[in-house]
Amino acid sequence: MMDRTKYLYLAGTVVLAAAPAVLNTYWVDVLNNVGMYAILGLSLNLIVGHAGLFNLGHAAFYAIGAYTAAILNSHFHIPVLWLLPLSALTAGLFALMIARPIIHLRGDYLCIVTIGVGEIVRIALINNVFGITGGANGIFGIDRPQIFGWVIRRPQEFYYLIWLFLMVTVFLFQRLENSRFGRALNYLREDETAAEGSGIHTAHYKLMAFVIGAAWAGMVGNIFAAKMTIISPESFSFWESVLMFTLVILGGSGSIPGVLLGALLIIGLPELFRGFANARMAIFGVAMVAMMIFRTGGILPARPRTYRLPQPAAAVEAKP
Amino acid sequence: MEQFFQQLTNGLAVGGIYALIALGYTMVYGVLKLINFAHGDLFTIGAYLGLTLLTSLSLTDRLGPFWGVVALAAMAMGLVALVGALLERVAYRPLRESPRLSAVVSALGASIFLSNAVMLIYGARFHVYPQDLLPKITLDLFGLQLPLVRVLILAASLVMMTALYLFIQKTRIGTAIRAAAIDQGAARLMGIDVDRVILLVFLIGPALGGVAGVMVGIYYGQINFTMGWTYGLKAFTAAILGGIGNIPGAMVGGLLLGVIEAMGAAYISIAWKDAIAFCILIAILIVRPTGLLGERVAEKV
Repeated sequence: MMDRTKYLYLAGTVVLAAAPAVLNTYWVDVLNNVGMYAILGLSLNLIVGHAGLFNLGHAAFYAIGAYTAAILNSHFHIPVLWLLPLSALTAGLFALMIARPIIHLRGDYLCIVTIGVGEIVRIALINNVFGITGGANGIFGIDRPQIFGWVIRRPQEFYYLIWLFLMVTVFLFQRLENSRFGRALNYLREDETAAEGSGIHTAHYKLMAFVIGAAWAGMVGNIFAAKMTIISPESFSFWESVLMFTLVILGGSGSIPGVLLGALLIIGLPELFRGFANARMAIFGVAMVAMMIFRTGGILPARPRTYRLPQPAAAVEAKP
Repeated sequence: MEQFFQQLTNGLAVGGIYALIALGYTMVYGVLKLINFAHGDLFTIGAYLGLTLLTSLSLTDRLGPFWGVVALAAMAMGLVALVGALLERVAYRPLRESPRLSAVVSALGASIFLSNAVMLIYGARFHVYPQDLLPKITLDLFGLQLPLVRVLILAASLVMMTALYLFIQKTRIGTAIRAAAIDQGAARLMGIDVDRVILLVFLIGPALGGVAGVMVGIYYGQINFTMGWTYGLKAFTAAILGGIGNIPGAMVGGLLLGVIEAMGAAYISIAWKDAIAFCILIAILIVRPTGLLGERVAEKV
């Protein structure tokens, strides 16, 4: 079982690594978008799928990461990729600040608050808050990222940066899912009262998941800023949050393969059917309703996890 | 002082519209404990259907401006109520026994579908309501120059709210709605057909939302397919402000929010107008999640 998945991932990696050699620039760029949304989806999945917190304002954290990179790069000329940790930090801190007082709200209220926060951030960016966000025009002239003097410029080069980042994300989030932290999240999502009864500090774990997810989205924001070299508030509208949320829900919340598939379907598929470009959001809406009625877990739902009890003598980390 | 009263009346008129939309949220929440995210889009549909009816039937030419607008509002109410009932049947009824959050996702999906369906049918551009719908008269009230439209909008929303309040408080059906909101199981044991109550709530709420859409079209003159989200969120804020699930609360909350917003736009900053409502929303959920007069929403953690 495990071997098959490993081979599948290996085969996938080979195909993906070869992709830019076969595809033209346009399709490589589509894959870049798929990759970025996959990372965003995975970060949101930690919040929605694992912690069970409905976040419809994820674009706000993405925006804060992007603006952190853009402002520091354009004012102080710090190389963009060096700002990755800082983008994560600002997005994470902002998430901590807003989530701390509201984390105890019931699911649907949390959802509304995150929508509100997303809108406040967008309006703040448009209104040129603190005089550093450039208002409705945004910020331009962001440097291209550099790795050891190699300037990443063409979509093909970004492709490797983005998909490498995605692979690292998948690897880390897979580890996280099976860690003590991930198991605690799983428990509290399934039965909060029982989890609390077993000594899991639910508010703490929910908050951690929210902050980590937001910080990760901040890093994607950094890469987005570097890729576009221009960012403006309209890139971080409410629909971005909806898109991320939809891909997590349709793909399979709580399931990494599900989210990857979701990103491919929601970002990649509309490119195949250009004629339906206008109708795609309407179709996603219907798909969401149908999915909730017929297949609540998404296309590739999270599988129930099994853990073996550690041997009493040698407490080995249990494998899934 | 002049500006203050102008903003106050403007805020009350907009607040009346918020209150009408908020009533839909709060009634559905009261009975189903569901935030009907698609409610804002029903409001949009009301505005667009109103425009279509207006241009295709030329009601104001036949019935005169006043009765024409009344007939238009009534027709928009009826049609949107049907859409609301259909929405309940398709997107919410199959999920009544499911976990709450499944229904929330379904509501979101329905909302995305409805707003984009409006875009596909009418196009993404702004649509304009005829400007000569109501005669452009300014009334002179106690030395205050008020546009007729503003006064009529406020009056209409007050009349509808009063009617709804009396209906809920004084009639048998209204009592049934209140009973179902308090305890569905007990209501069922008392012989109340809860399914019918839910259907009724999904007729009344969208009807009020739909007429609010027509009012916005008449008051501001232009409509857009995304306006359901902003108005929906603000009306939802109003519902929370008054205490969700509480019908008088939604009315008070709506009027209050309208006034706060108008004052904020006039005396603080117009650029931040849309952010004011969201800040209020977050502040209330942090400080007093029950709203001014409502039920408890925070879970103990």
